[in-house]
Amino acid sequence: MSGQMAKPMTGHVLLIEDEPNIAEAIRFILSRDGLRVSHLADGLGALEAISNDRPDLVILDHMLPGLSGLEILGAIRADPAIRTIPVMMLTARGRDREAAERAGADRFISKPFSNADILAEVRAMMDR
Amino acid sequence: MPLSALTGTRLRERRLAAGRRQADLAAEVGISASYLNLIEHDRRKVGGALLVRLADALGFDRTALAQGADAALIEGLQGAAARGGALAVELTGLQDFASRFPGWAGLLVATDARVQTLERAVEALNDRMTHDPHLSQSLHEVLSSLSSVRATASILAETEDLAPDWSARFHQNLHHDSERLAAGAEALVAYLDAGNAMAEQGIAAPQEEVEDWLKAQGWGFDDAVLANGDAALSHAVTGLASTAARSLARTYLVQARSDARAVPMADLGPAVTVLGPDPFALSEQFDCDPLQVMRRLATLPELGSGLVSCDASGTLTFRKPAAGFPLPRFGAACPLWPLYAALGQPSHPFETVVEMAGQGGRLHRILAWGRATRPMGLRGPEMREAAMLILPEDKPRQSVFPIGSSCRICPRPTCAARREPSILSEASAADTGPMGF
Repeated sequence: MSGQMAKPMTGHVLLIEDEPNIAEAIRFILSRDGLRVSHLADGLGALEAISNDRPDLVILDHMLPGLSGLEILGAIRADPAIRTIPVMMLTARGRDREAAERAGADRFISKPFSNADILAEVRAMMDR
Repeated sequence: MPLSALTGTRLRERRLAAGRRQADLAAEVGISASYLNLIEHDRRKVGGALLVRLADALGFDRTALAQGADAALIEGLQGAAARGGALAVELTGLQDFASRFPGWAGLLVATDARVQTLERAVEALNDRMTHDPHLSQSLHEVLSSLSSVRATASILAETEDLAPDWSARFHQNLHHDSERLAAGAEALVAYLDAGNAMAEQGIAAPQEEVEDWLKAQGWGFDDAVLANGDAALSHAVTGLASTAARSLARTYLVQARSDARAVPMADLGPAVTVLGPDPFALSEQFDCDPLQVMRRLATLPELGSGLVSCDASGTLTFRKPAAGFPLPRFGAACPLWPLYAALGQPSHPFETVVEMAGQGGRLHRILAWGRATRPMGLRGPEMREAAMLILPEDKPRQSVFPIGSSCRICPRPTCAARREPSILSEASAADTGPMGF
């Protein structure tokens, strides 16, 4: 498996995803490659967590209870203290992707994604 | 007996079928061959004694010559031509085409109507796919389940040294998500099946769905039915396919119930016998709004009336057609309709005898009324509505007001209110050649 062959990663990823089983799978594959992964199941506490923890990467689902992914992304990009934090968005539809791009997302992963894809994208972002 | 512009064409067909030479027939009826030639090419009108002589000479009933193509058929063809866009259609030959090939013309009109129905269904489904929150939610559910299944299965398949606890956990997740995926897919299929059923019925616009439903009910409900409670009214609309149409129909029924209370049918019949179908006089007698009387009169089948209502934007909100008074299904209506005069001048009675273009001089008496209200208080927005009752008018009139259905298919050559060229005038312009001015 590519994740096992590659060099382990270091850093902190904040995953904001309301689907518990998707979150668990992503946490598993990223943790296995050396990353520290924290998880939020809705958008309400997201900005506070980002401001406090300053993660190296935010993986953000588009459709979330509380604040939507786009609202969180807009707030991140509007806050000078956290605006440079890279954000990867999990999107479902082409239109969502266009909206996320306009809002300032760095990368996109479309559902249903493969583990190899998400790992490769995260690795590329963490290596920047 | 009205003579069709195509009497000469049919005359020629009859002569040729009888194997008669033009010169021989002309001599028999006492006219020159060149004059008969002009008649046969519809460049001279023929009627009266000459038509009788021609019919007798050819041995047929002269009424057979005078039957023009059905006006509705011609109008349908004009509408099809208007929607044909850039396609070059010989508009000047429509009557000839419809008269010679009524079956093909009917098929073309029916096909055009079918295309319109399907186009609306496609638009509605496209709109539904794009904006329907239920569909969006269903797709999100399926995609989320699928994402989870894929990610979990991948971990299970590709991780050789997966700890037993993790393995059991992911297997459990996989089972849970596969169940969820199956349920989501079933819900989605059921949802799309319902959409297909709606498209198959050809019902895309809720207003049209309600109008079709009302037509099937004879454009009215018995007062006893309307007097029933809300549950009975809700039950009455269950046959409608879309939620929006059911909502519109419920609104209609609540209004109809209010109208029935203000103008009971048991009292309306005798009042019409005395006062005639005059919504203004009747509204004074029943002490109610003329719009209520108009709606009640429109439910009387013996009047053969039509009714059109609009809101403040001029959008037609209700359309009950009357014979010889075509109503546009799409786009705006003729701005000369008394309906719009009433909309612009609320609480003022309008009564006009009109001649609808392209209907062979058929007349209608129009009674229109508009109403302005402020349902949110005096500082709130003014709301307007208007309606016009369309009654057949059999008495000849010296002065009539010419109107049309909609500009695009209106044949009137000059009209101060025209907002776009008619396809018929475009055809005339085309006939004069590329430099036709």
